[in-house]
Amino acid sequence: MTYLVGENMTGGYGGADILNGCTIGVDKGEIAVIVGPNGAGKSTAMKAMLGLLKLRQGQVSLDGKDITGLTPQARVANGIAFVPQTRNVFVSMTVEENLEMGAFLRRDDISETLHQVFDLFPILKEKRRQIAGELSGGQRQQVAVGRALMTHPSVLMLDEPTAGVSPIVMDELFDRILEIRDAGIAILMVEQNARQALNIADRGYVLVIGENRHTDTGAALLADPEVRRSFLGG
Amino acid sequence: MPDPTEILNALILLANFVVVPALSYGSQLALGALGVTLIFGILRFANFAHGEIMAFGTMVTILATWGLQSAGISLGPLPTALLAMPVGIVAAALFCVFTDRVVYRHYRDNKSAPVVLVIASVGVMFIMNGIVRFIIGPNDQQFADGERFIIKARDFKELTGLSEGLTIKVSQGLTICIAVLLVIALFWFLQRTRTGKAMRAFSDNEDLALLSGINPDRVVLVTWIIAATLATIAGTLYGLDKSFKPFTYFQLLLPIFAAAIVGGIGQPIGAIVGGYVVAFSEVMLTYAYKKFLIYLLPESWQPDTLVQLLSTDYKFAVSFLILVIVLLVRPTGIFRGKVL
Repeated sequence: MTYLVGENMTGGYGGADILNGCTIGVDKGEIAVIVGPNGAGKSTAMKAMLGLLKLRQGQVSLDGKDITGLTPQARVANGIAFVPQTRNVFVSMTVEENLEMGAFLRRDDISETLHQVFDLFPILKEKRRQIAGELSGGQRQQVAVGRALMTHPSVLMLDEPTAGVSPIVMDELFDRILEIRDAGIAILMVEQNARQALNIADRGYVLVIGENRHTDTGAALLADPEVRRSFLGG
Repeated sequence: MPDPTEILNALILLANFVVVPALSYGSQLALGALGVTLIFGILRFANFAHGEIMAFGTMVTILATWGLQSAGISLGPLPTALLAMPVGIVAAALFCVFTDRVVYRHYRDNKSAPVVLVIASVGVMFIMNGIVRFIIGPNDQQFADGERFIIKARDFKELTGLSEGLTIKVSQGLTICIAVLLVIALFWFLQRTRTGKAMRAFSDNEDLALLSGINPDRVVLVTWIIAATLATIAGTLYGLDKSFKPFTYFQLLLPIFAAAIVGGIGQPIGAIVGGYVVAFSEVMLTYAYKKFLIYLLPESWQPDTLVQLLSTDYKFAVSFLILVIVLLVRPTGIFRGKVL
């Protein structure tokens, strides 16, 4: 039984369906990556699993429980954390306040989680009193991931975490994501940089017009000549 | 070079007629503008009913004051209205929460454009306007009691031997002290408490706040309560300082909006600075400087006109002018708030 799974998801934002019966799943301690051409419904599939769009068909389940009817907030309370692609930090608040807001739902002592996040992203400890809006793109992305981790999630969803950061920062960020996975968290991400992302993926989903085109391990997809030709540029 | 006592006299004159009145008026505007700016930051619309919330809260305070006065309860040298203010605050907060439930929430749930909410608030303004006039009437109401002055002009003259006197009214002293305390409390709340931080987060990035589990209904509720509290206190202080007349409170909307926008709407610190900018501009542009100049200039240079830039009848034009200049030159205001 896969930990988080969206099965046969069909739906869109009111007009035509964007998702046409696709299935995405991820287990704890795994990285699942959704790749595909523009407009394939990659982000939409992830948002559907978070509850940001209403499904016409299909269901989403977390740890064997059906969560299809839950609001995004309720899913967050159930352990799903989401890092949006844009506007993913509180720009007028300090780094530390951003992390505190991430832990808003928690009533227990958050200092240990705060230490874990600072261990993962040491630069955030250094800049804890700085306003998040004044940080560089890569640092902001670390704040965004750190904020999401503060809820102590079992699933971390990342919508194009490396969009707009330099290749060096991207490698660094992927290393951190591997560390988060090794802590036993399920990671689901949508990536534009398909090749690098599949490199670290335990599961890869290639979506085309809202359907599953190829599903396999990241390594197998990278080795598949058809996937290479059609989606990875040879 | 004028004689040092003449310089001192000129400065006291200015303090008496410009600095003290503008500080107290500015504090009242700042408290009003803080409410406008908080509503704008959290609920994302310019609340035209804010002047009426001030009038409503003050009206209930006045009614409660009269009740206390007739029961023979007083605060000694301080105005009884201070004791009655909590009643006004609760009433205004209930009224705000009620209008939010029956009016604003509907548009919020429908994700209406901000301008729709603004127009809805104009409707609320007219209704509250009517309610206040219906209950207390359109006329001037006096409700100040206790001591009138902290320092009287005559005592000041006797004390210092100067020919100019300085008058500080109890209402002015109270206004400034209460405003300072309230602003400190508000900033502490916004910067240090969990709910305050949640409000800032919600104002900064609503979607991310929702994803962090911040309850939007609670944030909205707390915002209305704070705005109503600030409005009632500002209104009561203004009423004690001058007098209570519903129409005057309606007119206060313009300087309050000017203050919020000059400072940068959505920025609490901007609302405070904006309040004083507007108040000082209004008072300084409508003050007649003749006597001030007579103290400072040699006899042959002394003016024979009033040296008043604007008649006091035009004081609202000052707010309007400031508003237009800011929107043209720096629409985000001094502290880079949001653009309306």
